[in-house]
Amino acid sequence: MSLENEIRTKLMIALEPTRLDVVNESELHAGHRSSPGTGESHFRLIVVSPRFTGVSRVGRHRLINEALAEELKGRLHALAVHAHAPDEPITQ
Amino acid sequence: MNDQQAVQDHLRQLVGSNDVVLFMKGTTQFPQCGFSAQVGQIMQLIGIEPTQVNVLDDMGVREGIKEFSNWPTIPQLYVKGEFVGGCDIIREMYEQGELQDMLDEKGVTRAKTALA
Repeated sequence: MSLENEIRTKLMIALEPTRLDVVNESELHAGHRSSPGTGESHFRLIVVSPRFTGVSRVGRHRLINEALAEELKGRLHALAVHAHAPDEPITQ
Repeated sequence: MNDQQAVQDHLRQLVGSNDVVLFMKGTTQFPQCGFSAQVGQIMQLIGIEPTQVNVLDDMGVREGIKEFSNWPTIPQLYVKGEFVGGCDIIREMYEQGELQDMLDEKGVTRAKTALA
């Protein structure tokens, strides 16, 4: 399974999001030092989930990090995260 | 630094004895990662000179800080011993003025030349 699909599947199960964008930005980081150059190393997420309601910013990121713990130890090198509750505006 | 317990003790001492500590890849002058660069720039804009820890200089610290904070990525910002977040959180807080308010509330001195 591609890393993108793996991320999508795990977040769908863990957070039951009402919106989930998984954007592969690996190309933007291809040249920099310590970048793995695998083409699937850097991702940006927009996650809207009722699970985030009443949860702090750090708490939201931790929920995502926990769901993707295995990937973050391996192929997933960097993750940009926008995590919102359903009634909040989306920032990018 | 290799001994894991020694690294954890060192990190606890470091964040406990400095107002603002930024764990990053490279330095604010010569960042080695776009996310670290962004946080460095924000620090400059709000008039903060953080204690910088370049995790690329020390594999023990690079892995140890992830465990210490229970946070898998770099950069990481600590204020008065408390974990604040990584790049996205710092940027969101900065854009909404919350980062500046938090620093002022905690009594961290900011340069008078701060732009934000």
